[in-house]
Amino acid sequence: MKLKRDSAAVNSEMIRKPIQRWAPLFLIPMVASFLIGFVWPFFHGLFLSFCKFRTTSDWEWIGIDNYGKALTDESFMYSFGFTAIFAVVSLVLINVFAFAVAYALTQKIKGANLFRTVFFMPNLIGGIVLGYIWSMIFDGFLSYYQTSILMDTELGFWGLIILTCWQQIGYMMIIYIAGLQAVPEDMLEAAKIDGASAMQTLFKVTIPNVMPSITICTFLSLTNGFKLFDQNLALTGGSPYIINPDGTSIHTTEMLALNIYQTFYGQNTASRGVAQAKAVLFFILVAGLALAQLSATRKKEVQQ
Amino acid sequence: MKGAFQKEKFGKNLTTALFVVLSVIYVFPVFMVLVNTFKKNTFVKTDTFGMPNAESWASFDNIITGVTFGGYPFANSVLYSVIVTLLGTFLILLFTSMAAWYISRVDSLACRIVYYGCVFSMVVPFQMVMFTLAKTADTLKLNTPWTIPVIYLGFGAGLAVFMFVGFVKSIPLDIEEAAAIDGCNPFRTYFSVVLPMMKPTMISVAILEIMWIWNDYLLPYLVLDIKKYRTIPIHIQYLKGSYGTVDLGATMALILLSIIPVIIFYLTCQKHIIKGVAAGAVKG
Repeated sequence: MKLKRDSAAVNSEMIRKPIQRWAPLFLIPMVASFLIGFVWPFFHGLFLSFCKFRTTSDWEWIGIDNYGKALTDESFMYSFGFTAIFAVVSLVLINVFAFAVAYALTQKIKGANLFRTVFFMPNLIGGIVLGYIWSMIFDGFLSYYQTSILMDTELGFWGLIILTCWQQIGYMMIIYIAGLQAVPEDMLEAAKIDGASAMQTLFKVTIPNVMPSITICTFLSLTNGFKLFDQNLALTGGSPYIINPDGTSIHTTEMLALNIYQTFYGQNTASRGVAQAKAVLFFILVAGLALAQLSATRKKEVQQ
Repeated sequence: MKGAFQKEKFGKNLTTALFVVLSVIYVFPVFMVLVNTFKKNTFVKTDTFGMPNAESWASFDNIITGVTFGGYPFANSVLYSVIVTLLGTFLILLFTSMAAWYISRVDSLACRIVYYGCVFSMVVPFQMVMFTLAKTADTLKLNTPWTIPVIYLGFGAGLAVFMFVGFVKSIPLDIEEAAAIDGCNPFRTYFSVVLPMMKPTMISVAILEIMWIWNDYLLPYLVLDIKKYRTIPIHIQYLKGSYGTVDLGATMALILLSIIPVIIFYLTCQKHIIKGVAAGAVKG
């Protein structure tokens, strides 16, 4: 099969041939680790999602039963709904605030660099630590009302939203600032000369020019929302619980990633096949969202 | 005209004032960690937002309790976090940049398969592979802080290869041809000619990988033997998650101790960090 080569990658044989002899050094370490750390676990996981298993060596092929069980699992469906609402709400809040902050900080205000430093800071602190910092803050505040973040689903939801916004606004702000700084100065100048108001300039000139950044940030915050795990584990751990009459329980602030984790490593080791099937479904969902983003980014590259 | 100018200036000052308030709110949670580190355990819960007073002042007791809290020396956690992060980042930078150069220069079918495999791996959430990955790591004895970096190289290769390939494609071939004519073998060409040119991308990738590995919880938790090896996030989750009554004061002290190096790192490398994030954003 002959693949089409793009012009930038046309290689002179003088470079190509000698490098190929060095493949064991240049390519093999990365490929070997990639096989160990990704390719094998991925296909092994895919295979096991069609099996009943407790450990990887003791499996029995059962076809698509696991998928049926996963899709009829009330707690999984609940966490899907919870996660979807969470992802959309956090997407909107993060992007509105991040854009507003980035816009204000690019208007040559005093201390812009300092503010940028402050807003980005939470990104360097890991999800687990962030979760416990905020659990202290929320519980310190909620103790005045004799309640706790662990006792109320709605409080848990908004707690997670505040935590996620606090963490991610700074990250998205950086991307928006980069986008805003790339808006051609003469375009803004021209708008000013033509007598456009600040609002008109924002909506007719600035926003269309930062569309690529908006695409990236919205998809990033959406996939981040769906994949959230550490913060969820540390802040609420899924509490509070509802116990069903049949003995099963629903953890009312449990998001998809945590639900999958609990199914894998919870009390019932017989449900690992179902957990793996849930993980595959989760992968399809997240990959679908992410691929949509990649193709949108690709489109942006074409335009440039 | 002058009036409009003054109005604009007033608006900007107002924005600055607003941002001062926002910044204070933003740092508040971290500041509370500092405050509560120096309060006695019981006061952390009952009087979270109060300043330490004569009654609640704990001096350095929490820090002293904290460093051996849960019967596990916190210094070990710091050490393991540092080993895993530095070694992992080093392996990723070295081997993915080499592979990226090979992939873009040789550009064979196999190279393309590896490249698209890497791109694909970026969209796969960790939960998809966690069970089988933990098992594989266990079998291959990649379950110590000195060997887990191989797993990071494997699972984290996607983004790094993607970013390096993007950069290598922009390097003109002429330079490498000149090196080849002058008698450099590929090894020399790579390390004395190509690698130095990749420095900006190296820094961006390094920043993203350091931020990821240092804060990563689930992967090391599932792979490492947590009786022996606990990185900082594992240790903190372990203390909060599995203890009956938690010594909140000591926990706050540990959280403070784990944030300090991060803040120092951030303030010293801020410029690179912000550039790295902006560069990495393109990948999604």
